[in-house]
Amino acid sequence: MVLELQKPRPIWQIMFSTHHTDVGLLYLITSLAFMFMGGALALLLRVELFSPGVQIIADSMTYNRIFTVHGTTLIFLFILPSASAFGNYLVPIMVRFKDMAYPKLNAVAFWMIPPAGALIWLGFADFTWYAYPTYSVISAPGPAADMWIFGLKILGVSSILGSINFVVTIMKCKHPDLPLSKMPLLAWAYLTSSLITLVAVPTFAAALLMLLTDRLGASGFFNPAMGGDPIAYQHLFWFTFHPEVYILVIPAIGFMYEIFPRFSRKPIFSHSSGVAAFTLLTIVGFASWAHHMYATGMSFTEKTVFMVGTLAAVPASAMHTFNFLATMWGGRIKFATPIMWAVGGIALFFSAGAGGVVNSAMPLDFITHDSYWVVGHFHLFVMGTILFGTVGFVYYFFPYVTGRMYSEVLGKVHFILSFVGTVLVFFTQHILGLFGMPRRIYDYPPIPEWVQMNIIISIGAFIIGIGMAIFLVNLIWSSAKGKPADMDDPFGLGGKYYFPYQAKNPSH
Amino acid sequence: MSGHSTWPEWVYVGVVIALLCYVGAEAWNIERIIEHVPEDAEIIKVTGQQWIWTFEHEDGTKEIGELHVEKGKAYKFEITSKDVIHSFNIHDYVVLLDAVPGRVNTVWFSPTDVGEFDIQCREYCGLIHYNMRGTLIVEDKGA
Repeated sequence: MVLELQKPRPIWQIMFSTHHTDVGLLYLITSLAFMFMGGALALLLRVELFSPGVQIIADSMTYNRIFTVHGTTLIFLFILPSASAFGNYLVPIMVRFKDMAYPKLNAVAFWMIPPAGALIWLGFADFTWYAYPTYSVISAPGPAADMWIFGLKILGVSSILGSINFVVTIMKCKHPDLPLSKMPLLAWAYLTSSLITLVAVPTFAAALLMLLTDRLGASGFFNPAMGGDPIAYQHLFWFTFHPEVYILVIPAIGFMYEIFPRFSRKPIFSHSSGVAAFTLLTIVGFASWAHHMYATGMSFTEKTVFMVGTLAAVPASAMHTFNFLATMWGGRIKFATPIMWAVGGIALFFSAGAGGVVNSAMPLDFITHDSYWVVGHFHLFVMGTILFGTVGFVYYFFPYVTGRMYSEVLGKVHFILSFVGTVLVFFTQHILGLFGMPRRIYDYPPIPEWVQMNIIISIGAFIIGIGMAIFLVNLIWSSAKGKPADMDDPFGLGGKYYFPYQAKNPSH
Repeated sequence: MSGHSTWPEWVYVGVVIALLCYVGAEAWNIERIIEHVPEDAEIIKVTGQQWIWTFEHEDGTKEIGELHVEKGKAYKFEITSKDVIHSFNIHDYVVLLDAVPGRVNTVWFSPTDVGEFDIQCREYCGLIHYNMRGTLIVEDKGA
C-alpha cells in the first residue's frame, strides 16, 4: 500500500492524483475530519439538553440548525465518503485490476464533496436532515435551505458517479481467473451497496429539484396551497433513504467480514451465506420505505404491506450476525483493537435490529415514532454499527497507510469509552422515547424522568467525546511518531490467514 | 461447503423467521382491532398551526391549547394543519397522528383516567416546535 508518511510527496501530487489509493486517502482524511466536526456538534446539543432551560445555545433556531448540520454531516460527509475511501483502496486490489475503471471520474466524484460540505456548513440550514415540506417550502429560512439543497444535490451526483465506478470496476475489470462467487465479501459489499445507490439515489435527486422549484414559487409539487401533496415528498425521500440505510451499513458489515477471519485466524464460516445475505438485503431493502410514514395517515393495507416488507429484511441481517459469531467460534482470537470494535459493533447491531422490529410492528410504532426511541434506534445503527465497523477498520488499515502502528493502549481505551458511552446514550434514549419525549426539541418541561435520563445521556455523550479526542491524538501522534509497523504482519497474527493485500498497484 | 455443517445456520434462520411471523401477525391483529372506531364516537376537529393546537367540539365550542373531554366517552379526532406538518400526540393515551395541510387524518381514543395529560407536537415544525404543547383535561361528568 502507499506509505504516505515514509515517502513524503508534495501535497498537490496527492490532491491532483487519480490513482485509486491517493483518491482513497483523500476520501479518508476528509471523512474523518467531518466525523470530528459532526461529533462536536452533537456534544453542543447534549450540553444544551443536559437539563431544562437554556444552557449554552441562546435560541431554538440555532439549536435546530446545529442538529440539522450534525445529521447531514455525519451521514453524507462522514459515512458515505469513509466507505468510498476503503473501497478505493481495496476494490481494485481485490478484483486484481490496476486502478478503478474510470480514474478521472473517481477523482471528480471525490472533489465534489468539499464544495458540497462548504455549502452545507456555510448555509447551516434548520429543516432537519430530511427537509420535509411544507416546512421546507414555506417556512425554512433561506439562503441556508437553498444552500443545503444544492449541497445535497452535489453529494447525490458524487455518490452516483462513485457507484458507477465501483460497479464497472467489479463487473468489467475483474480478473478473468476470479469468479464473482470467490470475490472477497468486502468487494461484494461494494457491489451491492453501489447497485442500491444507482437505483435509489436518483429519486431523491428528482425530489430535491422539485423542492427547489417549490421554494422558488415556480411549482407546487409539495405545497397544498398550490394543489400539491407534502406526503409525496416523503415517499420520494424514503424511497431513497430507506435503501440508503443499507448503502451505509453494508460496507461496515463488509469491514467486519475482513476483520473477523483475520483476527480469529480462521476462514469465514460461510462465504456463500454472506453473499446471499448481501444480495437479499439489496432486493428487500426496497420494500420497506414507507415504514417511516405510518403516522402520516396511511391506510391499514399500506401499513401492513410495509410492515411485512420491513420484517423481510431482518433475516438477512441475522445471517450476518450468525456468520460473524460462527467465524469467531473455535478460532484463536487475538483481541487487538480492530476486532474489539467489530465485536462491539455486532453487539450493538443486534440491539439496533431488535429495536427495529419493535418500530416496524404497526401498533408499537405509534408509541415510538418521532420520539427519542427513534433517535436511539437509528444511532445504534449509524454509530453502534457503522461507525464501530469503520473505526475498527481505520485501526486495521492504519499501518498500511502510514507504515506505523497506532498505540494499542489508546485504541483500546478509545473502544471502551465509546462502547460504554454508546450504551449509556442510545439505550437510555430508547427508554426516554417510551416516556414520550419528542425528538428535535430545544427545550423540555422538567418532567423528573426526562431530566434524569437526559443527564445520563449527556454524560454518556461526554464519555464518547473523550474517546474521540483520544482517537484524534492517537491518529496524529502515531502517524508521525508511532513505532514502524512490520508490513508483512503488523498485528502479529502469523500464518496463512493473514492476507494484507500486499499487492501494490504502481502509481501512474 | 468447506467441511463444516450448515444446519445450525438453517435452524437459526428458521427461528428468526418464525419470531418475525409471530410479531407481524400479532401486530396486524392488534392494529386491526384498535383502528375500529366506535359508532358513537364524538368528533373533535384538531387543527395544528405554528405553534398552537386548536380544537373544535361537535357542538361548536372551540378551545385553544386545552382540550376538555369526559371520562369513558369515545372521541374521534379529525386532524389537519393550517401551515406545515405537525404531529398531534397525547403520549399517555398513545394518540399519535400527523397533522398534514390539505388532508384530514383520523384517530380515536377513549380516556379512562381523570386528570391532566400532556399534548405535544412530535413532528419538527420550526422555531417553537419544542414548546408546541397543550393540555388534555379529562373530567368525570357522571360523578
